[in-house]
Amino acid sequence: MLKVRQLSRSHLQPMDIELAAGECLSIRGPSGAGKSLFLRAIADLDPCAGDVSLNDQARDSMPACDWRKLVTYVPAESGWWADTVATHFDEPDIASGYLLRFGFPDDALSWAVDRLSTGERQRLGLLRAIVQGPRVLLLDEPTSALDPEVTAKVEGVLREKLDAGVGIIMVTHDAAQAKRLAHRRFLVRDGALSEETS
Amino acid sequence: MNYESLSYLDIALAASLLCVNAGLSIFYRLGTAKRLLVAATRMIVQLTLVGLVLKALFTAMSPWLTLLAAVVMVGFAGREAMARQDRSFVGFWGYGLGTVSMLVAAGIVTIFALSTQFHADPWYDPRYAIPVLGMILGNTMTGVSLALDRLLSEADSGRAKIEARLALGHTFRDAMQGPLRSAMRAGLIPTVNAMAAAGLVSLPGMMAGQILAGVEPVEAVKYQILIMFLIAGGTALGVFYSVMMALRRLSDERQRLRLDRLRLPQ
Repeated sequence: MLKVRQLSRSHLQPMDIELAAGECLSIRGPSGAGKSLFLRAIADLDPCAGDVSLNDQARDSMPACDWRKLVTYVPAESGWWADTVATHFDEPDIASGYLLRFGFPDDALSWAVDRLSTGERQRLGLLRAIVQGPRVLLLDEPTSALDPEVTAKVEGVLREKLDAGVGIIMVTHDAAQAKRLAHRRFLVRDGALSEETS
Repeated sequence: MNYESLSYLDIALAASLLCVNAGLSIFYRLGTAKRLLVAATRMIVQLTLVGLVLKALFTAMSPWLTLLAAVVMVGFAGREAMARQDRSFVGFWGYGLGTVSMLVAAGIVTIFALSTQFHADPWYDPRYAIPVLGMILGNTMTGVSLALDRLLSEADSGRAKIEARLALGHTFRDAMQGPLRSAMRAGLIPTVNAMAAAGLVSLPGMMAGQILAGVEPVEAVKYQILIMFLIAGGTALGVFYSVMMALRRLSDERQRLRLDRLRLPQ
């Protein structure tokens, strides 16, 4: 579904990766190795060169904002540009259907962003991306601020998305999480990507 | 006109105020004496030179010399506008952005004013052109530098917010809505405040000067209102144009946030 050919940008060597519908890839590597830069380059958030396509439609053939709606990057710490949570959702109705499954009470959308904890921000940041119905999710340490119980909830939703055909590329430091979710595992070291065997 | 020429003694008397301040600063070791004196000396030299230049310009009545003076004024305004910004673009646009927008805004408004409202003959008469341009330019410069400073520093500090929206597929314009609005506001506030306080709190300098020079207060007021409109129009135009250009320069054809085009803060 997602094809990445010779994607290169500053600090990274050219990379190739292919992601099938419903497939989850994990990426690990030491801090500063370029994991986030790789995801940002796929989302076209930083200047980069190379061929990237989704279902054989080239990234450059569509406006950047359409591409990012289909291939959505979710950073570990999401930015919030308005005062209340609901303002950040185009369709709050869809979002409220997920609240319980992410461990939130019904009224979470009316909360003020200021009083959110790091973990709450992380989950709502992910939810914000999911409800837009992207084909590919680029997740940068999606559960780094969550306890095991909530992590399991989030992984449940992610698994359901995988079953529905969404592709996921996930940066994670959690080897157990990579084992649980990922079909293939990759390693970034010194700006180069390689697949891990076994 | 019943206009009283100032003697050098009058000016020296006024300058003695600064000497008192400098003395206080030295006595209490406030460290402002040197700055005050340097700034005062600069002002004396600059204004004296300008007086001589204006005198020459008024005698020459040449459109080209007037244009040259105008270009030099815009050039200095561009430098000053850049110096007032904490963040600016690297390369040409660091200087060019403010300068080009001031050139366009102050140029349009000055020519508009000279060719319609001032009935100067010829329209480029430096006696009208230079003071009008100077007043418009001074205010436009303040507005443009405040607006650009706000836009670029909010783009920089608000990177997470802006990129969150970009990542979700919002357009760059939408993602920049917050910084854009506060930049426009920052650029226009001095002008709005000046209009709101005019007459009640402060007598605008031009009007005060005309009254001191013997002009009828009502006539001076009419002139001041006209100038206020020109200033407000020029500032709004310059602020809008510079912010829009900066917005384009902050992004690229793939709607990315290009903070790499900003100079690192010193």
